[in-house]
Amino acid sequence: MLLLKLFFAFIQVGLFSVGGGYAAIPLIQEQIVNIHGLMTLEEFSDLITVAEMTPGPISINSATFVGMRIAGVPGVLICTLGCIIPSFCICLTLAHFYYKYRTVSGVQVVLGSLRPAVVALIASAGASILMLGLFQAELKEAALSNIRVVELVIFIAALFILRKFKTSAIAIILGSGAAGTIIYALMGAI
Amino acid sequence: MKKDYSKLWTLFKSMFVLSACTFGGGFVIVSLMKKRYVEELKWLEEDEMLDVTAITQSAPGPLPVNASVIIGYRMAGIAGSLTAILGTILPPMIIISVISLFYEQFRTNPYIAAALQVMRAGVAAVIFDVVINLAQNVVKTKRILYIVMMITAFIATYLFDVSAMIIILTCLGIGLIDLVVTLKKKKGEVA
Repeated sequence: MLLLKLFFAFIQVGLFSVGGGYAAIPLIQEQIVNIHGLMTLEEFSDLITVAEMTPGPISINSATFVGMRIAGVPGVLICTLGCIIPSFCICLTLAHFYYKYRTVSGVQVVLGSLRPAVVALIASAGASILMLGLFQAELKEAALSNIRVVELVIFIAALFILRKFKTSAIAIILGSGAAGTIIYALMGAI
Repeated sequence: MKKDYSKLWTLFKSMFVLSACTFGGGFVIVSLMKKRYVEELKWLEEDEMLDVTAITQSAPGPLPVNASVIIGYRMAGIAGSLTAILGTILPPMIIISVISLFYEQFRTNPYIAAALQVMRAGVAAVIFDVVINLAQNVVKTKRILYIVMMITAFIATYLFDVSAMIIILTCLGIGLIDLVVTLKKKKGEVA
């Protein structure tokens, strides 16, 4: 019962990965490589590379990759389903209570104190991705001499366009990817 | 709560496009959702979007999926949740299924590598745009407590790698203390 095994493995991944995508990776490794031996460690590191390079949540990416490698399309469906069932049940309950009680003034006071934290967390994610874009490194390893000028120009231009013209985010992301690739190709760097 | 099934298609389309274009962790897609649902479609209020983010971060599972469940529920109940989840998970499922078949070529293609690298600059710009608006609104509350919390939380998470979960729980604690203090003050005023 390979599919059933995969299903329960990913239910556990979905249930215990608290705190973002990277929390899911060690859990998947434990379930798929260590406990069930369904993938080698080498295959698993390929998986992380692909999951990071492609859009979408890391745990969904991993579930799809593992499912496809082990059991084809049925595997993809089973793994992804397992991964999202806990989220679905828990968040639906939370959403229900949030919308029932959000207007209560006491709840408002408590939620109000969470908002600055969320802004800080989003800012931190933005800062990390900016460092990766400009230096291909985290803050600790970044050196000003390694700054990538093309990315810097694109970042400034994109931010300017966003502030000035209220452009859609998707257009900016795809546009910057296309513009950068063309610039690098013209420079002969590819 | 209003349920509006006519919005299901827009909900699906929006989630699909956002999910297909989101590189990086959960907070990237939250910025995109904020831009889409608060600024463009005006379906949600800004405070609501921040609350939803705090809830999704506190629940287990992938952040974008959690956010889809709640936003979908808000727009059209359980049908909305299911529609939003489907929109969120279909792009990665399709893309990864295709890539897993010939990922060696994908991984070594220099054009793909260049585009992915440069796209980070674009993604960072989008997040900064959203953060500027959000931070301005925190400052506008004129509560020193909130401004100090925001700055401290940023330093803690970015420079000292404190996990998001701990940040949220700490601020939840501060919020509860704040609530007790506010209630006491009110009591004092009545008396």
